[in-house]
Amino acid sequence: MSKREVRSIGQAGWGRTLGAAAISIVYFFPVLFIILTAFKTRQDALAWPMKFIFTPTFTNFVSVFFRTTVEGGAAESTGFGLYFFNSLFIGGSSVLLALLIGTSAAYAFSRFPLRGNDTYLFMILTTRMMPPIIAIIPIFVLFRIFGLSGTYVGIIALYTAFNLPFSIWMVKSFFDDLDRDIEDAARMDGSSEWRVFRNICLPQVYAGLAATFVFAIILTWNEFVFALLLTGTQTRTVPVQIVRTIGGSMGVDWGLLSALETLFIIPVVLVTFALQNQLLRGVTFGTIRR
Amino acid sequence: MSEARSDIRLTGVTKRFTSLLAVDNVDLTVDSGEVVCLLGPSGCGKTTTLRMIAGLESASDGDIMIAGRRVNNLRARDRNVAMAFQFYALYPSLSVEENLAYPLHADGLTRAQIGERIAHVSKVLDLQGILKRLPHQLGEGEKQRVAVGRSIVRTPTCFLFDEPLSRLDIQLRQQMRTQIKEVLAHLDKPTVIVTHDQIEALTMADRIAVMRAGRIEQVASPHDLFSRPANIFVAGFIGTPGMNLIDATLVEATLGPDGVAVALFRLLGETISGHVEPAVVRLARDSKVTLGVRPRSFEFVPLGTKDALHAVVDLIEPMGAEVLLHLMEQGADLRCVVPHTTRVEVGANIGMRCKQGQLHVFDEQGILVR
Repeated sequence: MSKREVRSIGQAGWGRTLGAAAISIVYFFPVLFIILTAFKTRQDALAWPMKFIFTPTFTNFVSVFFRTTVEGGAAESTGFGLYFFNSLFIGGSSVLLALLIGTSAAYAFSRFPLRGNDTYLFMILTTRMMPPIIAIIPIFVLFRIFGLSGTYVGIIALYTAFNLPFSIWMVKSFFDDLDRDIEDAARMDGSSEWRVFRNICLPQVYAGLAATFVFAIILTWNEFVFALLLTGTQTRTVPVQIVRTIGGSMGVDWGLLSALETLFIIPVVLVTFALQNQLLRGVTFGTIRR
Repeated sequence: MSEARSDIRLTGVTKRFTSLLAVDNVDLTVDSGEVVCLLGPSGCGKTTTLRMIAGLESASDGDIMIAGRRVNNLRARDRNVAMAFQFYALYPSLSVEENLAYPLHADGLTRAQIGERIAHVSKVLDLQGILKRLPHQLGEGEKQRVAVGRSIVRTPTCFLFDEPLSRLDIQLRQQMRTQIKEVLAHLDKPTVIVTHDQIEALTMADRIAVMRAGRIEQVASPHDLFSRPANIFVAGFIGTPGMNLIDATLVEATLGPDGVAVALFRLLGETISGHVEPAVVRLARDSKVTLGVRPRSFEFVPLGTKDALHAVVDLIEPMGAEVLLHLMEQGADLRCVVPHTTRVEVGANIGMRCKQGQLHVFDEQGILVR
């Protein structure tokens, strides 16, 4: 009998493991660079060659939220707490709203097709075929007319609208993959159409909804141009404020900027991490048949 | 009406899908406590018929009556019909217990009553050990039992099964066949089973409706279907190996004083006579007929015997207790099943005769003459 080694999953050789590690470090390096810089003093941040060993400082994180203008004067809030809240609130509610409307629409498109169903679906997607910025002038004018500039309602409605096509298409594909017999069985078991949707179909696409949520929240969280033009001082989101921080009479404060960015990526990392199992199942949905 | 009626009555039921006529003018009655199998090749409309009874498809024409009520315009959920699906269709996010409980929610039962029903069904179908599991953790046989359990957990007006055993392996299939039959025997409700497997139909059904191209070819008990197939299609479809169908010409048929009809046929270059149905006498002389002989209806006779066909053994297929012989006569392939103890060799010349009273005569249109 010939001796044949069978390697199980999780038992890659050292060479491959190191190779994979090297590649992932290349990918992760920019993020690592920012996180390290966030803990550096101004001197360390600008030092060349780059310092990997240094005494960490938290002053950058403190100055994200407070600044002192006069020596010895009382610390003054930079308003960043509000901007973080804005980003969370605007991003979270618009994505949830898009998911809510998108799921209903997707179910309808999937289960109760209209005459010319595919045409409608195509038209919905066309709005994502051009850079959104093309529509900025009419949107800007509309916001002025309806008094939406600088309001939560305005920017949340806008983000919801931008997330909808993607949500509808993605969630529809999850609904399309479901076994129709299961729904018929529920109907025979006395379920109303609502119960079929709520108790039978929806639980089967939770993973898909999680995946859609993560993709949409990342897009929305990082959106800059519309936030720059359509939010006011009270509704400003973090990306806008990051850019405003870059300028200044004393040059760019790299430490402060990095601290900001480090804080900025935390929520997205947390969400993705919390949903990673769902995410994996979501993106591989339907690829493995029962 | 004193007693609550519980039967299924289809009258002229038709289903058209744009250009396709899937079910064509079907009449069928299933009485209370009766098991009727819809049997036929794939695409014959049997599943569509079942789905129309269930309310999952609407009928284009005709009446569907369940328990004396016309249900054509009733939605599936209002028909109170239980159905087990071919691929089980268990609710993937619910445990076995929750799957069984699901049909009961609409009935407004208390928690205790629901628990009682589930306990009963899981005892009957031996599901106690797997109540907490999710469908994807079950084996095929277990899934099938849960699917059956879910359909019998409440008290519907009738039961529908779509290819209930098709996904099981042969051993499990026999086991489940018996189990389903037992369960159904205790339920005094009409049951319709769709299958393409004739063994399944023959063993489980009280009556079988053989379907082809959207039409019912014959409805009869398994015995009648086998012994008196209404036409050539049913004759060829039921029974394994299939019935021998031989083109012949009727020379003459006479009815004796004892009521026994004897007919003389010309076939395969020979002239033979045999006992036939009295109705054959009414056929015109020289009319074209098809003779049907089951492979087990032949008997071997010495060469030269009167009314015997002479054939050459072409191929021998052992089937265990029996042996299937392929015999050639005048270019026609005759199938004949004999006990495995019979000594024959390929190339041998054999005289064979149809056993008395086991000859089926079909007229030019392929309809049984009776």
